[in-house]
Amino acid sequence: METLEQIRDRLQSRFPAAKVELVTNPGAAAEHSLLLDAAMGRELATFLRDDEFLRLDYCSNATGIDWPEKEIVDTVKKSVPDPAGGPEKIIEEKTKRIQPGCLEAVYHLYSMALKHGPVIIRLRTANRTDQVTLPSLTPVWKSCDFQEREIYDLYGIVFEGHPDLRRLLMWDGFKDHPMRRDYVAPDDFEWEPTPHGGVLDRAKAHYPATPEAGAAKEAPKP
Amino acid sequence: MSLFPNLAASAGPTVRAVHDEFHGDLLEVSMGPQHPSTHGVFRMVVTLDGEQIVKLKPVFGYLHRNHEKIAESTSYLSSMPYTDRLDYLCSMSNNWAYALAVEKLGGLTVPDRAQYLRIIMAELTRLVNHSCLVGFLFNDLGTSFTPLLYAFREREKILDLFEALSGSRMMCNYQRFGGCRLDPTPEWLATAKALVDNFPRFLDEYETMLTGNEIMLARTQGIGRMPAARAVNAGITGPCLRASGVGYDIRKVDGYGFYPRFDFRVPLGTHGDTYDRYMMRILEMRESVKILQQAFKDLPPGPIMDPKAKLRGFRPKAGEAYGRLEGPKGELGFYLVSDGSTNPWRYRVRPPSLINLTLLEEMCLGHTIADSVVILGSIDIVLGEVDR
Repeated sequence: METLEQIRDRLQSRFPAAKVELVTNPGAAAEHSLLLDAAMGRELATFLRDDEFLRLDYCSNATGIDWPEKEIVDTVKKSVPDPAGGPEKIIEEKTKRIQPGCLEAVYHLYSMALKHGPVIIRLRTANRTDQVTLPSLTPVWKSCDFQEREIYDLYGIVFEGHPDLRRLLMWDGFKDHPMRRDYVAPDDFEWEPTPHGGVLDRAKAHYPATPEAGAAKEAPKP
Repeated sequence: MSLFPNLAASAGPTVRAVHDEFHGDLLEVSMGPQHPSTHGVFRMVVTLDGEQIVKLKPVFGYLHRNHEKIAESTSYLSSMPYTDRLDYLCSMSNNWAYALAVEKLGGLTVPDRAQYLRIIMAELTRLVNHSCLVGFLFNDLGTSFTPLLYAFREREKILDLFEALSGSRMMCNYQRFGGCRLDPTPEWLATAKALVDNFPRFLDEYETMLTGNEIMLARTQGIGRMPAARAVNAGITGPCLRASGVGYDIRKVDGYGFYPRFDFRVPLGTHGDTYDRYMMRILEMRESVKILQQAFKDLPPGPIMDPKAKLRGFRPKAGEAYGRLEGPKGELGFYLVSDGSTNPWRYRVRPPSLINLTLLEEMCLGHTIADSVVILGSIDIVLGEVDR
């Protein structure tokens, strides 16, 4: 199979308007991936599927990843002249910058015809709040059908062009997206008829004390 | 105000007639989640024209416990016993798939003996899964437990072996990243070898009863066709895919573990119907027996754990890895993203059971409800894995 660089270059020459980036994987697996331009995601994916040298006809795994905003501290060493006229001092200057968060959809592609792979492609949303739309790859690979519904359900990425975008695992009336890193689990999900321990603490915080309960507490007075 | 909730608006089991001037009355039937033939808490909302299925929508999530979120909030090792609960018939394969992904993420090696032991466990699991699947399939065909009990008889012997080795019959928690947890005794190996040597006799007995059965042929041949091109596009894997004639077996393609050292064949179907999917399981069991016999013959002595593997407080470098293997149901994959801490940043299970259901509607269209039950049975799902 071609290397990812070659695939990227071919994608670039075929779609000059699209931005394709190589994302390196520093881990031991060294499975690098291609970050595709979300605006042209479906065209690029169709090319990967139909190209005669790649023929990535099988999308094995489609999943989401949540990357919340991250504060990154850059340390720059600077040499500052001493005002007193001594030798130059080296000080470390720390600058903080915020890396914007995004939601990411990752697809693992293989070729059943040519028996090679994986080629990993990624699509990223602009942010995590209001611009969370990505093109659906279900028209390209039917196997993304349930998996994209799952990503929509658990991460909240809206797949444009998906034939049937509904929640897959959570129920329809459910509000949040539980796989996001900032998801807060409800404090009353664990119901016990006679709560005790941690459940009792959560129940107390959730349900304000009723007058009868308060009266019962005050009753045993000598 | 009525005491009862509005049934038509709820997603629960409702039956309502839809009037359409061309087709007469369409009937919407909600099968499941409490239905004996849906293999657990799976639900299909089926629209019927007379007895023909014109629409079928699967509904998931009744067994959802957000396995992935739980795994992301705990260490790498702590997720290992939890993978047993995904596909609770095949805990050994699940363990291996997870171990494979973590080993890829951390760059760990596995000693030779552990590789052989893994193959022995995975193929024994395949025997359990496929023989039970055939039994359940015949349950769906209406034989009411007789073939299933034959399968359970054999399964019991294999589960006894698993229990003797790992302490648990179904939730084995046997594999570790970097090897296996326990070394089998020579007696265990002798018992297992005797069981495997006798297994073809059981298969012959099973096939005498089932394969040529007239009712079975009438109910399965030509039912639930899955064309090869559709199956590839829909990501169907495992015996279901190979029944359609696509020769894609990850044991051969990826050659993970020591599978390249083994001599076995990949059976292929031609029609992609329910009968071929049944036949695939029988033939794969025969190949599994061959693999197991070779493994028992060649099992080398030596350590079963990589001495450098660190189980507790395992911290892989930042990065990601996708490990996959040919589970009994299809491609079981684990996708892990590490940020350098002790917990995975992203832990994803690629469930073959869920993705193999993608074409359920297309396979069932035009058939009857009774056939859809058999088609579902031949796909082989376990809801613990579908809903995670």
